[in-house]
Amino acid sequence: MLLQQLVNGITLGAIYTLIALSFSLVMGILGVLNLAIAELFMLGGYFGFVAISAGLPLPIALLFGMAGSAILAGVIEKIGYQPFRNTTVVTPMLSTLGFSIILQNVATNLWGSDPLQLSDEVLGGRFMIGPIGISAMQLTLLGATVILVALLAFVVQRTSIGRALRAVAENRDVARLLGVSADRVTLLAFMLSGALAGAAGVLISLHYGAITPYIGVEIGLKAIAVMVVGGTTRIWGALIAGPLIGVVEVITIAYGGSQIRDFVVYGFMILILLLRPKGILGGAAADRVQRI
Amino acid sequence: MTAGQQPLLALSAVTKVFGGVHALDNVSLNVLPKQIAGIIGPNGAGKTTTFNIITGAYRPSRGTVMLGGTDIGSEPSHRIARAGISRTFQNIRLFADLTVLEHLLVAQPHGEFALRRLLPTRWANPQALRRAQETLEFFELEDVRERIAGSLPYGVQRRVEMARAITARPKLLLLDEPVAGMNHDEAEHIRRLMLKLRDGGVSILLIEHDMSFVMNLCDYLYVLDFGVMIAQGPPDQIRTNPVVLDAYLGYAA
Repeated sequence: MLLQQLVNGITLGAIYTLIALSFSLVMGILGVLNLAIAELFMLGGYFGFVAISAGLPLPIALLFGMAGSAILAGVIEKIGYQPFRNTTVVTPMLSTLGFSIILQNVATNLWGSDPLQLSDEVLGGRFMIGPIGISAMQLTLLGATVILVALLAFVVQRTSIGRALRAVAENRDVARLLGVSADRVTLLAFMLSGALAGAAGVLISLHYGAITPYIGVEIGLKAIAVMVVGGTTRIWGALIAGPLIGVVEVITIAYGGSQIRDFVVYGFMILILLLRPKGILGGAAADRVQRI
Repeated sequence: MTAGQQPLLALSAVTKVFGGVHALDNVSLNVLPKQIAGIIGPNGAGKTTTFNIITGAYRPSRGTVMLGGTDIGSEPSHRIARAGISRTFQNIRLFADLTVLEHLLVAQPHGEFALRRLLPTRWANPQALRRAQETLEFFELEDVRERIAGSLPYGVQRRVEMARAITARPKLLLLDEPVAGMNHDEAEHIRRLMLKLRDGGVSILLIEHDMSFVMNLCDYLYVLDFGVMIAQGPPDQIRTNPVVLDAYLGYAA
């Protein structure tokens, strides 16, 4: 069922898009890959599970996961990034890798390495559009993703925080000379990025109805691929690249089997980069690049 | 210098050493309220270093920098900016992807982390928009308000940079070669704007190589040579000062 696979692929792709945007926010401002984002995504999922298991409604669970991951992202900025500001770019990447491993270890100790399963579906119900089945949770996931991306776009483009983010991304020193506290803006970028990753974690784990401490590694790494395919300097490229990679992945599993999934997905990434080294959007107008 | 008038900006015996080299050696300099002061001197004399010390990009090795009686020598750049000093650059440094209006909004005060910063500016901070609009009119930039700054002609970019520096209503404006590369009419336009700013209460300290521009505009001049202040005084005195003629005018374009 090709159409059904398209819907499933876009659902997965929406999650990739959210995490890729999360990576891009920090990458755009600091040129640093915060590798702990993958685990903030995973922990967001656990936070969502905890909230749902406590009987809280889904919107609260979503906010809970976003807030939890945002706060952790703030801690990571203070301990894992700020002290290494003036070192080479590898140092903060390594320290965020350290955080990533620690967070995964914490999750394994708290919740075990076996998958946690929800006893009931969060949102039961399934809609049929012709031959295509789509669950209420899937619709919620897609709707929430659209709203979050729109909110992010609004904040970045239309608010004073967004202007400060873009100014610091372009020229940190000049922004500071204009009275922008670049340190605060950096912290804020980490926290916004954490909130997006946390939201993605809540949405995907409730959609699957299950979660393990290892989803961060698998899905997070693919989100980095999505960011690169979309164009690292054009964060909105993730809007195209996310669903694209998601669809390729789901269709590969459906028609080729899951054993060749990663081969095809990462092969596809390399192919796109060979054709468009700056990513899907990056090559088009390199002289008018907007970083965030 | 008028005796008894409290200086807005006072550098006292400022020395800046880079790896053993004295970029600035015991430099003292005052800018009075509503004064246009100029720093002249050959390339490498320490003019831009002086600006970088005042704005907090560099820390003085020795000496003090006072703004209206407060020591700002060890404050971070963004605090100094908020205390009322802003600057432009010798090579224009605009944000290539921001519109002209956004440049003027980003440069204005905003409460850190206040939730209203997440609201559209037109609701959250109408005062910022109004100031931006006034600044646009003052610099005759209304026509390009929604344009991406990086796409504008050089002379217009210079005006955008000055507008960005002035929009937060600083007490002191530092201009690094404001008319470099401009034709006579454009330079004259800038000169008139600077006089209007001064009359509006802003003090200006500028670096400029265009001698006739400096002599026509500045109330007071400082002459730097190899990091040392070799002369100071009103333009008429500087013009005929033999030390200055010897050290500087030989290099003049």
